[in-house]
Amino acid sequence: MSLYASRRSANSIATTLCWVAAIFGLAWLFVILGVLLYEGVRGLSPAVFSEMTPPPGSAGGLLNAIAGSLVMTAIGVAVGTPLGMLAGTYMAEYGRHTKLTMVVRFINDILLSAPSIVVGLFVYTILVHPMGHFSAISGAVALALLVVPVVVRTTEDMLLLVPGSMREAATALGAPRAHVVGKVAYRAAKAGLITGVLLAVARVSGETAPLLFTALNNQFWSTDLAAPMASLPVVIFQFALSPYKDWQQLAWTGALLITVAVLALSIAARALSAGRRKSK
Amino acid sequence: MFSIEPSPRSANGAGGEAGSDMSEVVLQQAAPLSVAADRTRVLSRLALVDRLFRQVTRAAAVIVLVILGGVIVSLVYGSWPAMKAFGFGFLFSQSWNPVTENFGALPAIYGTVMTSIIAMLIAVPVGLGIAIFLTELCPYVLRRPIGTAIELLAGIPSIIYGIWGLFVLAPFLQSHVQPALIAAFGDIPVFSTLFAGPPYGIGMLTAGFILAIMVLPFIASISRDVFETVPLVLKEAAWGIGATTWEVTRYVVIPYTRVGVIGGVMLGLGRALGETMAVTFVIGNAHKISGSLLAPGTTISATIANEFTEAVGDLYTSALIELGLILFFITFVVLAVARYMLMRIEQKSA
Repeated sequence: MSLYASRRSANSIATTLCWVAAIFGLAWLFVILGVLLYEGVRGLSPAVFSEMTPPPGSAGGLLNAIAGSLVMTAIGVAVGTPLGMLAGTYMAEYGRHTKLTMVVRFINDILLSAPSIVVGLFVYTILVHPMGHFSAISGAVALALLVVPVVVRTTEDMLLLVPGSMREAATALGAPRAHVVGKVAYRAAKAGLITGVLLAVARVSGETAPLLFTALNNQFWSTDLAAPMASLPVVIFQFALSPYKDWQQLAWTGALLITVAVLALSIAARALSAGRRKSK
Repeated sequence: MFSIEPSPRSANGAGGEAGSDMSEVVLQQAAPLSVAADRTRVLSRLALVDRLFRQVTRAAAVIVLVILGGVIVSLVYGSWPAMKAFGFGFLFSQSWNPVTENFGALPAIYGTVMTSIIAMLIAVPVGLGIAIFLTELCPYVLRRPIGTAIELLAGIPSIIYGIWGLFVLAPFLQSHVQPALIAAFGDIPVFSTLFAGPPYGIGMLTAGFILAIMVLPFIASISRDVFETVPLVLKEAAWGIGATTWEVTRYVVIPYTRVGVIGGVMLGLGRALGETMAVTFVIGNAHKISGSLLAPGTTISATIANEFTEAVGDLYTSALIELGLILFFITFVVLAVARYMLMRIEQKSA
């Protein structure tokens, strides 16, 4: 075989393998989504949204779990977002080249992908253990700790995208730094900042591991933040591993709900940042 | 927009008075004394707000550091009883007996490392293949949709992969793939141990496979981003001297981005090591090291997830927290290396 022919065949073998890899990889991902859709839609009914999680063998819904997820995610985001935004603001506006910023950026990136179960252990040690019982509020704190790195990262990135000339213009008008940040930089980066929050919500709404031993679970309706509270992921975990058909069906339906919510949030976040890029 | 309101008197243009300093004169052609006092008050209030805001944001940045410190301190504190009881032997002991309160981490560490290795063996070649496909081969119309789909899939919660693994993948592997593996490798020396024993469906291999599917989108999308940092001139130069697509990838794109690709792979590894829910469903939770990949095992995170709420006694809880500490340490090192490498490629492209 001539050199040319062998190079040609090496090329076609390699590119075929890449095609195969792409099809193989994407096929698994679509199979998962397909099964999820099929199994999940089968169990969808009004009862899912209006009844409590049932005892084994009887019909029921996921209302308390959905409500619990919403409550804990809302508190987690409400606590984590301001902290993350302020930290991101410091890194992009005040201490852009300081040592502190570099260290925080590095640590934050690690926290961003650190195992979430470790965060659960941390909150267990500082909140659940001293309080003596599991509670919704400790679950919310665990989620807040997962929100912070996401928001810090996006806030910093988005503020760094704001052109320096805008800050200079405001400063030249005599605006103090706090106003430059609050009334110019934040406004210019608004879509990006909202994207960050949406991504953070998407990230924590499917988190299971940190809730297992902070919020635990609750079979009944509860709005008491000091008591254990149900959440969709934990209910899915418990129901899927049970031997009861009804429970397994509810687990699939719950999984579908979470996936739809997460996908909707990420698509919204994308649409926001894409619209922003276009307008520039 | 700003709260510096011009006072009425200075607007009237009152005549110059002694007492206003030079900058005042320049700014406002000399304001009367009381106006100067007003201005000083407003300006000092603004300066105070400014300082305050700066300090608040700085404190928030410090809190991020404190959180990490707090995680480490609390884990060390929580695992102290277990450390005292078992010392370094904890890392190498295979026993896990809640009744006699004798614990060892080796099976869990082995399971964590082993499932991650299986995952990376599958996910790295496939992920890189997808990335090359997306940057070099894919028709332009499809690049954005497929790229976006992969990024969206990276955000799907791991519990979804777990429930799918339990109900769909494990039964499938049990009835179709594992018997074939056992039959195929039954007579080959090393492989007969790796693929020995009854097909349970759940076990190390299944867990590794689920992890592979889960980290696949991560590795694919990071590698794609990294491949896109290659300057077009370099590729064009290679094409210009007649290199094939594969040669451009092999001799230009991959050498140029090696550090970043390794960083992306390490990031995927970090996720695989720390992943809890996808694994917990299908690992089988057996505290023993088995030569066979088809046998059930356990990982650090699955052990914690399965046993923590039911752990009775301080030593049991403490042993589980020490497992968490070990996991945190392993992933911290892996992620730190990954970030360092990705930082280097960012500097290169900047």
